[in-house]
Amino acid sequence: MIGQPYLIDVDWGDLVQAVITAVISFAVLLVSVMLMVWFERKVVSRLQNRIGPNQAGPFGLLQTLFDGTKLFFKEDLIPAEADRFVFKLAPYLALVPAFLMFTIIPVAGDFSNGHDGSVMVGGEKMFFQVIDPPVGILFFLAMSALGVYGIMLAGWSSGSKYPLIGSVRASAQVISYEAALGLALASVLLVTGTLSTNGIVQAQSGGFTSWALVTTGFVPFVIFVIAGTAELNRPPFDLVEAEQEIVGGFHTEYSSIRFALFFLAEFMNVVTMSAIFVTLFLGGPAPAWDFPWIDLPLPGALMGFIWFFGKLLIFLFMFVWFRATLPRLRYDQLMDLGWKVLIPLALGWLLVLAGIRVAQDNNIGLADTAFGDTLIILVIGLAGLAAGAGLLAAAIKNARNEASAVALPTSGIVGMED
Amino acid sequence: MIDVIVFAISALIIIGGAIGVIALPNPVHAALSLIATFFGVAVLFVQQEAHFLALVQVVVYAGAIVVLFLFVIMLLGVDRAQELGVEPLAGQRAAGVAVGAVLLALVVGGLFLSGDPDRGGAVALTGQSGQVVPTVEGEQDVIQLARDLFTRHLLTFEATGILLTVATVGAVVLVRARGAEDLILDEPGTAQH
Repeated sequence: MIGQPYLIDVDWGDLVQAVITAVISFAVLLVSVMLMVWFERKVVSRLQNRIGPNQAGPFGLLQTLFDGTKLFFKEDLIPAEADRFVFKLAPYLALVPAFLMFTIIPVAGDFSNGHDGSVMVGGEKMFFQVIDPPVGILFFLAMSALGVYGIMLAGWSSGSKYPLIGSVRASAQVISYEAALGLALASVLLVTGTLSTNGIVQAQSGGFTSWALVTTGFVPFVIFVIAGTAELNRPPFDLVEAEQEIVGGFHTEYSSIRFALFFLAEFMNVVTMSAIFVTLFLGGPAPAWDFPWIDLPLPGALMGFIWFFGKLLIFLFMFVWFRATLPRLRYDQLMDLGWKVLIPLALGWLLVLAGIRVAQDNNIGLADTAFGDTLIILVIGLAGLAAGAGLLAAAIKNARNEASAVALPTSGIVGMED
Repeated sequence: MIDVIVFAISALIIIGGAIGVIALPNPVHAALSLIATFFGVAVLFVQQEAHFLALVQVVVYAGAIVVLFLFVIMLLGVDRAQELGVEPLAGQRAAGVAVGAVLLALVVGGLFLSGDPDRGGAVALTGQSGQVVPTVEGEQDVIQLARDLFTRHLLTFEATGILLTVATVGAVVLVRARGAEDLILDEPGTAQH
């Protein structure tokens, strides 16, 4: 798959196959979004001591379907002040990247014992992902960067105050957290040594200890989850649609099917981002450990899907749990966390990992064993990281003192201490 | 054949977007046209099997720089249609047309009038002959690009890094020196009651 020229010669069989896989995965994604909306409403209800949807279908499972159908038949309003073309375009700009992002995820396949996750269908090697581009995971970064256009342009084109405020917040937030997201991602790439999502999963297929979660030292995972949540505009980073301040944020003026499209894109992004977490840090469909004592009569590909789905559920639940538990950050807290904590930490950790990698590759011989070398480099790296953190903290404190000396020379300042 | 079709469609998108950038009166629409142009260029990169460049084109230009443009346009509220009848600097338009014509003549002349039709144009314009390095079979373009960047062009790479850092630090220093009073008022809990 990797490095195969896919625009030079068109094989019609390949083309048909590509269209079919794309349609199937889109359908699967739509159903999973439907279930995710139900799941979120159910779990949030339980966490808030309510029951949640329980009328439509068994356990209220069809509630989302009914709500969606209702939205389709509602009147479609366009504000008089709106920029009509951009207003109509924006929901699709949100939806298309949300779907495209999902296409690079390996959702199933047998990765145990060094298998590459492929299955033979009619004599052809097939993978359980729509595309495996050579640049792989960078495609995710590109699509997540494009996703913000839907939100920005929706808010701007509404020709109304609150949506515009929501848009400006959204763009500031995405610019701030994209850097931390990319740096945490770079740590994973450094350890796995490949950009292809299939390759990343293969590199983590040696059981629990080979997961990037462990091999990158846990810190990039935490940074990635925080930055990913901010990228999704999910609570506690949902300033973009903070109901108490700016009505509905960017989608205040949207109704009917266009609103439904935004809703769909948002939940699609939740599912996809969880799948990205699983792929990058938890080894995707690769099993956490082998079952030598149970010989399940299931094909390996199906076992891969079960592993993937189980890991996915952890993060889907995490997002709902965040929403039910954490209060929304204030705007300045959001910016401080992104610029002064996450980006420096991600950058420093990447340097430490790179140092360890160089030490392992070049056999520097500080200690008797390779493990000793790694340990020494790790200690030096962590010391450097701590020194950098101290310097940064001192610089921030100094800047604050100077600023407060200029602005308010006499009166006491409330709330300057964190 | 498929190459020609892909090229024709992306060329149309690129040119249409480029015309849109300069012709549309609304700055947000112009920025959207710019994104269309970037995407067309990205498709052409993919066609040349420069996958990494294509992705960087989308991530950096469409995903970061134009977002920044739009952010500034929205924040400053300059998103209303601009009055194009008034010329802010006298003679600016005439000078712009003249400079543009000279640049165009230079490029076209350099490409077509110099001796060797294959690579003479490049020599006439840049003073050295361009070199096409064949891609190594079975190796990803990312790896080749990285090797080239971190060996042959390491000095340039580091110098660019320093330049960008200096620019960023400079911007921060300028803002803090001029607007320290405004900055502190933005912090919560310090509003003057």
